[in-house]
Amino acid sequence: MRIRFEKRREPSKAMQLLTPIGAVALTMLIGAIIFWAIGYDGPRAVKEIFLTPITASYKWSDVGRRAAPLILIALGLCVGNRAKVWNIGAEGQYLVGALSGAGVANLTRGLEGWWIVPMMLIAGILGGALWAAIPAFLKTRFRVNEILSSLMLVYVALQLLNYLVAGPWKDPNGHNFPQTAPFTPSQMLPHTAFGTPFPPGLFIAFALSLVFWIVMARSEFGLGVRVVGDAPKAARYAGYNADHMVWQAMLISGGMAGLAGILECSSQSGMLNLGFPSGYGFTAIIVSFLGRLHPLGAALAGIVLAITYVGGQVAQTVVHVPNATAGIFQATMLFLILASDVLVRRRIRIDWGRPVAQAAESAA
Amino acid sequence: MNLEFLIAALVTVVNVSTPILLAATGELVVEKSGVLNLGVEGMMLLGAIAGFAITFILGDPQYADTLPWLAPLAPWLGVVAGAIAGALGSTLFALMVLTLGANQVATGLALVIFGTGVSSLIGSAYVGLALTPFDQIFPDSLAQDPILKVAFGYSPLVYFAFIMVGAVYWFLNKTRAGLVLRAVGENDLSARSIGYSVRGVRFAAILFGGAMAGIAGSYFSMVITPLWAEGMTAGRGWIALALVVFAGWRSGRLLAGAYFFGLFMTLELYAKASGFSFLPSQFWASMPYLMAIIVLALMSARESGGAEAPACLGKPYLPDA
Amino acid sequence: MAEVGGAADKDAKAPARLEMRGVTKRFPGVLANDNVGFSVAPGQIHALLGENGAGKSTLVKMIYGVLAPDSGEIFFDGEPARVANPKAARKLGIGMVFQHFSLFEALTVLENIALGLDSKISQRDLEAEIRRVLDLYGLKLDPRRVVSTLSVGERQRIEIVRALLLNPRLLIMDEPTSVLTPQEVEQLFETLRKLAAGGCSILYISHKLHEIIALCDVATILRGGRKVAECDPKKETSKSMAELMIGANLKEIARAPGRAFGEERFAARALNLPKHGDFGIALHDIDFSVRAGEILGVAGVAGNGQNELMEALSGEVSARSADAVVLAGEPIGRLGPTERRARGLCAVPEERNGHAAVGDFTLADNGSLTARRRMGFMQGGLISAGRAANYAETVIKSFAVKALGSTSTAGSLSGGNLQKFIMGREILQEPAALVVSQPTWGVDAGAAAAIRQAIVDLAARGAAVVVVSQDLDELLEVCDSLVVINLGRLSKVLKVGEVTIEEIGLLMGGVHGDPEATAQMTEALHAHPI
Repeated sequence: MRIRFEKRREPSKAMQLLTPIGAVALTMLIGAIIFWAIGYDGPRAVKEIFLTPITASYKWSDVGRRAAPLILIALGLCVGNRAKVWNIGAEGQYLVGALSGAGVANLTRGLEGWWIVPMMLIAGILGGALWAAIPAFLKTRFRVNEILSSLMLVYVALQLLNYLVAGPWKDPNGHNFPQTAPFTPSQMLPHTAFGTPFPPGLFIAFALSLVFWIVMARSEFGLGVRVVGDAPKAARYAGYNADHMVWQAMLISGGMAGLAGILECSSQSGMLNLGFPSGYGFTAIIVSFLGRLHPLGAALAGIVLAITYVGGQVAQTVVHVPNATAGIFQATMLFLILASDVLVRRRIRIDWGRPVAQAAESAA
Repeated sequence: MNLEFLIAALVTVVNVSTPILLAATGELVVEKSGVLNLGVEGMMLLGAIAGFAITFILGDPQYADTLPWLAPLAPWLGVVAGAIAGALGSTLFALMVLTLGANQVATGLALVIFGTGVSSLIGSAYVGLALTPFDQIFPDSLAQDPILKVAFGYSPLVYFAFIMVGAVYWFLNKTRAGLVLRAVGENDLSARSIGYSVRGVRFAAILFGGAMAGIAGSYFSMVITPLWAEGMTAGRGWIALALVVFAGWRSGRLLAGAYFFGLFMTLELYAKASGFSFLPSQFWASMPYLMAIIVLALMSARESGGAEAPACLGKPYLPDA
Repeated sequence: MAEVGGAADKDAKAPARLEMRGVTKRFPGVLANDNVGFSVAPGQIHALLGENGAGKSTLVKMIYGVLAPDSGEIFFDGEPARVANPKAARKLGIGMVFQHFSLFEALTVLENIALGLDSKISQRDLEAEIRRVLDLYGLKLDPRRVVSTLSVGERQRIEIVRALLLNPRLLIMDEPTSVLTPQEVEQLFETLRKLAAGGCSILYISHKLHEIIALCDVATILRGGRKVAECDPKKETSKSMAELMIGANLKEIARAPGRAFGEERFAARALNLPKHGDFGIALHDIDFSVRAGEILGVAGVAGNGQNELMEALSGEVSARSADAVVLAGEPIGRLGPTERRARGLCAVPEERNGHAAVGDFTLADNGSLTARRRMGFMQGGLISAGRAANYAETVIKSFAVKALGSTSTAGSLSGGNLQKFIMGREILQEPAALVVSQPTWGVDAGAAAAIRQAIVDLAARGAAVVVVSQDLDELLEVCDSLVVINLGRLSKVLKVGEVTIEEIGLLMGGVHGDPEATAQMTEALHAHPI
């Protein structure tokens, strides 16, 4: 018997839909086995991580809060990853977006007005885009690998945050804690929106998912993103400039990460401190792949990953698994979704006793 | 600044640059075979926790009476465990990328996230514990001498790193196997048509890269700060990746590049003590990353424009497409 | 056990060097070889003749152990041989020179050859051995050069030397002349004849009839994966073998007699382009003019700047001055592909998959690649899916593309059908000028004829057409006039019907970085005006 992968004539649409679901299911199974093997109540841990956040309604708000930034960042990454412009520094752009918004908050302290929050949001988007513009510039001007440069800038952004909250922006009334002064009410978005338990960012994320979907599927720009990623030469032939695409993909993904950052801090945390970096920028990479780089898929995948975040904390208190558990589940999910990609393009063939099957086939 | 201070600083440069040198030496071989494994950071963390845990367990005083020979061996076995852990992580990568043809960039990132998670899962049992540092092999008269320590005051892993740089140079340029590896990285389909196993060569290279990254990781938890802390490699794995580009994929230049980065990491440590405090410490802490970006820009902007990169680097191997 | 098929020559005194019996190989969706059998005698030069896609390459890959047959047997020197991999093949004494060289650009000639050898030998001994073989067959090559600096002909010599070092008893040459000048071809034939005289059998794969007549003792003809005939090429005519190879009499290109050309429609004026990258070719003073209704052919050996010319004309690379490319009197040299298309210039690059089309995209999306503006797909800033689908269906229907519909992916089409779709996509846009490269490369005979007819028809409707091709026969069949590209320069314009193959051959010759030879050739040409 021999197992081999045989190329499909066309990528399988069914597999494109089924593999993410399979990846999540298999992650639950593997997770249960692994945690059982190292001495925890594995099935219980899986139940707490994946089901409790759904069944316990008081967890929904928390899921929504975490889904919002994950989806927003992942939408931008869908564009980048599709175009094979690898922005893996979204975490840094998320931070700089939050910092830029907080900068506006610093300048408008004591002022009132409806315009302050929009200013902060715009500053957040611009800040994230600016941070992403650095790798875009280096890539288009000097051909610097954007993977490395965008990632390095995450560490620089972290140091920038440390510097600002421990230095110039430190809250004078903060008992010397490294944190900014809390935002004033006119600098804050509501904690939840439309009478639901969900933050405003989640509604923005869903609305933008639809916009991104239409843009990616139907616009000239969306066609360009898809061609540049799949076949750079064909893109040039079709009139798309690869360098423009690097800029656009970087600015969009950076802007989205910046928007996620400022939404998080203006509607949830209400200030910045050393605990603000959350790893959303990295987790959103998983979200984008689990969503198969499709904006609607990213919205769904963002919820799934948010569930594992919330569930991870539940499992920590209930089953006493370590706090790294959610991260392992998330990584396993990414491995499985990447591995299952092979099923979209290939089918598994099992040859039982080669010659007979072959002969039968030739005769047909 | 006096000579002793200079030498102490030099020793620090060598110490902090050794892990990126080890990891970059491994990654160089991987990239020469045409594979881009971005998971260095993850493999380093796996190596860090494995090295720490094994050294800690085997160094337990309870064995002192029954197995008196074990304690001195413990750190050596710890390094071996680090190498194995890194190699296991890279095996996962290799299976994904070589067998299933998964995207190398995304799989490398998955390996980083995976390594971070697994290491902190295992490491949660070791937080707050300390090891005797695995630092010197030469007698105190040499290793602690204020001048001679520049040559003798290091962990065995420092000398190992030197040897490996030389060995990799020799392997790539003077042996037939090295020629085959370079050929596979230059043109995988041609190598296959002559009859070489592209997947076999790459698998071996990825395993070697993983083991080297694992050893680099164990250097963090066993030599630099002999304790375990979550995410303790702090992005040095990415610096190692930049170092390979900086070196223009040549083993000889790895050494110079590693010390260049080491210099900036040392500045961070010495910033407060040595009159560099006119800028905030966060500035010095971000220097290695800023320098990496600048160096990448300079290297990539040259006339050759990174033409030294192996032609198949990062491209999927599709023999039947 | 599979049935033994084919003509096994059992009466020969010495066993055949190579014998294939009933060899069958199937790929998903294609039967590449169906029950093929033939035998090659020692010292014989045996041609394997067939069109692109007839199954020649698959067959020799099985002999060389790159692929395994699904059924059938291979005998070497009368013994059943299991050729598991190329290494086993070399051990048997089988050498192979591939159509697409398996060389490593960044390595030296010596390193490249060392990689192809299975036995361990020191670099110094190897170099001596290489020099001995080079002398023996009168081949010129510097073992220390890095491959990326070598010409195509020199690169082929590396492959030949690599094979010869093993003292092969069977040498397989897969389409060896497709990249050579006529002069280089003659040199190659000399080498092969010497080898055969020394007892080495040669399996020579080609679809070029005159070469086979000039070189080979026996020809096995394949069509659609089956062996259709075995003959002595010396006793056959090109015509008779072509009919066997193609199977049906081809439809002649229908052309309205006495066509009149309009005024100048498309032109290049002093088009210069610096060389890009290590392997690029610079374009020097490209100058030509095509009138409405005229078809201009660009002949030349591969790698002389054809791709660069295509990119400069289509707009993928913009020229330094706007005047360098002129469409209907308007300078368009600085415009990108989309703007040039809007003005009526369409292009089809050589590479189908990944350049002219995207394999994973549906045919509708592939249509949008170039037709979205010209054919009015845009609707409120978005691409209308319905219009894109309609256009793709129209192309499929008008050009008889074998595809399920506009939602099929380009990658699921055969090469010929995809090429028909691409050509149709451009031609139905009714361009004022069309530039196409290798329109029928790797396409089956039927599709090739349809494509050529479509090009001629487009010109008849008043478009200016430029056809870049390495297939001289194709150019002579389709074009009204010809230029030859050589090291990034164009020759003077030649009138089809007044020019001979020899003249074109001379213009193509002396290339590959040898300006002196080029000068000699040009001189020779001027000394003997035709």
